[in-house]
Amino acid sequence: MRIAYYPGCTLKLTAQNLEAAALASLRALGLVVEELPRWNCCGAVASLAEDDLLHQVAPVRDLVRAAERGADRLLTLCAPCYNTLARANRLMAEDEEKRKTINLFMEEEPDYAGQVKVVHLLDFLRDDLGFEALATKVVRPLTGLKVAPYYGCMLLRPKRVAIEEHPTLLHRLLAALGAETVDFPAMTDCCGAYQILGHEAMALDASAAILRSATRRGAQALVTSCPLCDYNLGARQPDLRDRHGDLPELPVYYFTQLLALALGCAPEALRLDLSPPGCRRLLAERGAIAAAT
Amino acid sequence: MQFLGTRSAAAAETAHKINEISGQNVGRCMQCGQCSGACPMFATGSLPVPPRRIMHLLQLGHVERAAVLETAWCCAACHACEVRCPRSLDLPKVMEAIRQLTLRRNVDFVAPGAVPRAVLASAPPIAMVAAFRRLTP
Repeated sequence: MRIAYYPGCTLKLTAQNLEAAALASLRALGLVVEELPRWNCCGAVASLAEDDLLHQVAPVRDLVRAAERGADRLLTLCAPCYNTLARANRLMAEDEEKRKTINLFMEEEPDYAGQVKVVHLLDFLRDDLGFEALATKVVRPLTGLKVAPYYGCMLLRPKRVAIEEHPTLLHRLLAALGAETVDFPAMTDCCGAYQILGHEAMALDASAAILRSATRRGAQALVTSCPLCDYNLGARQPDLRDRHGDLPELPVYYFTQLLALALGCAPEALRLDLSPPGCRRLLAERGAIAAAT
Repeated sequence: MQFLGTRSAAAAETAHKINEISGQNVGRCMQCGQCSGACPMFATGSLPVPPRRIMHLLQLGHVERAAVLETAWCCAACHACEVRCPRSLDLPKVMEAIRQLTLRRNVDFVAPGAVPRAVLASAPPIAMVAAFRRLTP
């Protein structure tokens, strides 16, 4: 059983914190994954037009790379990459006509039929370790920290690629880490995603609604697995407050950062230098990290 | 409701293209409005025409009218509408079909050069790849 790891473009640039914390956590848990030696951008979004098979080529090529390494699973950390790869994989497994066309188009590649399973770190942790076992490995529990688990869209929709039907995995992960999870109505709402470039004001308003929903329920922090959500909800928080002055500051972490922290990984693995300043401040106030880490 | 008239043969053909590109039969929509209630963009209050009315325009063959409205262009394909649709219609695919009919005429909705430099410098690559995939030809 081999697990190939697909990072995706953003994890090598603005979301290095998502990746560094995840890899440090996996090492701490003794789980071995191997990054694909060669991979390309998955296309960031799934192709939605029935007659547009060309855009399926990028994600399918990544799946072919995993298959030729002998991997039976492809592990992702980034929620949109998970979604795009999983949807392309379903297409290759289920639509014979399109599979033939795509395989013919990529004649330099071996034929692919959807045999590699695309997984996200959250369902990987559930299946390969289990949250009870994870809880036993926690050395620095997040006791008393009220965290809003934000699932967003890409892990749950559309249903055929959802990591689970009803959102529980982030809750269970955070509970295993000792944190107090805060349910909030906007847990699966959309932050506006890439419309931050097309309809900035609307995306900022959609993001503000999510932060407001979480803070009203008393959250001290919010976790996500998506670099786009992290950007809209975290990095753009000052712009959100320009439009919504009464919105309190809410630190936004990648779930892997809190995982690495609780597992006792070196604070440098959290790469808090890439997160908004409030993220470091909250952990320093709690004494979880030194103020200057 | 405003009377939108009967559809011409040309309008019917364009409407048929929407069904072809999306793989969805917009005629199945029964106008219940669940999609509008679920749409996070409509919930911001800045979107005048909700997805339900776009579906109605398409049913009447008014594809061009639907394409100039903001609804399809501000869709983030979050699939909240699809989850709630009692007719199991994949609305993000319908919105994509509306965009494609315009983009395939080589029209940019977002000009990459017009995105502010500060945003380009800070935005994750995934924001750019995704936005340009959905909003440029």
